[in-house]
Amino acid sequence: MRVLYTWGAILAIVFASVVGDVLLSRAMKQVGDVGELRRRSGLRVVIQRILGNSHFLMGVAAMSVAFFSLLFALSWGDVSLVAPAAASLTFIGNAIAAKVFLHERVDRRRWIAAGLVAAGVALLAG
Amino acid sequence: MNFRKYLVLAGVTVFAAAGDSMLSHGMKQTGSISIHHLPGVILAVLNPWVAFGIVLLLAFFATYMTALSWADLTYVLPATSLGYVLLALVAKFVLHEHVSPLRWMGIALITGGVGFIAGGPEITKHPQPVTVEHSAERSRVAVAEEVGAVAERPSTGNAGRERWREEP
Repeated sequence: MRVLYTWGAILAIVFASVVGDVLLSRAMKQVGDVGELRRRSGLRVVIQRILGNSHFLMGVAAMSVAFFSLLFALSWGDVSLVAPAAASLTFIGNAIAAKVFLHERVDRRRWIAAGLVAAGVALLAG
Repeated sequence: MNFRKYLVLAGVTVFAAAGDSMLSHGMKQTGSISIHHLPGVILAVLNPWVAFGIVLLLAFFATYMTALSWADLTYVLPATSLGYVLLALVAKFVLHEHVSPLRWMGIALITGGVGFIAGGPEITKHPQPVTVEHSAERSRVAVAEEVGAVAERPSTGNAGRERWREEP
């Protein structure tokens, strides 16, 4: 039962992280190149635009859910399972979600990169 | 990609790795906290290592947001995963911890993954606007241009009428 809870929490971390990353990425694409915007309009406008973006706020909320799911997962399972499993599954989940929701061109090069990094993280933290 | 952008990606990598290390070091000093003793969390924040770790993680978040403003998510995430490698190298050469062959293999895989995306473009160029806000802005601009064009267009009919009104 404990194993089931742990994996449930790991999936919750992965889901919330992917949702958070996708929302934050979309928010920042809407804001535009921060460096250019700062040169043109100043730092205050940059901060206002970011904090006023609804996708950004939802992204931060999703990241908070991911953080609390991590706390739950760590209270049920070992860190040596939770950390690498969540991190590497998030890499794969992000590649899929970025292709579907952000319409990023995830070509073979990027799939291989996501796969290698996910495998590497699993080995490193395991 | 210019030097400034590589610097931002390096910032994401270093701030995340350093922030996590500081936080981890500080939390080992303060001891474990539990949900039933929440004041313990506040005491943990007062630990200088934890406080500095939080500052570094805020810097990580700022650089991560900056990177996402001009690069794809599927570019930024693998590119900044070198932080894991950095942590393992710090563990080996600074903290003199044992790094197993399996971990060295993990380092090799991550480095290979970063090498794969490094040569590619950092952002997908969309032929048409993706977001609702962008398309709304586009249509506003288009309407404004249309209105301007109509206003500027010489209208002989109106001009004729104006002349007719002025004449008597």
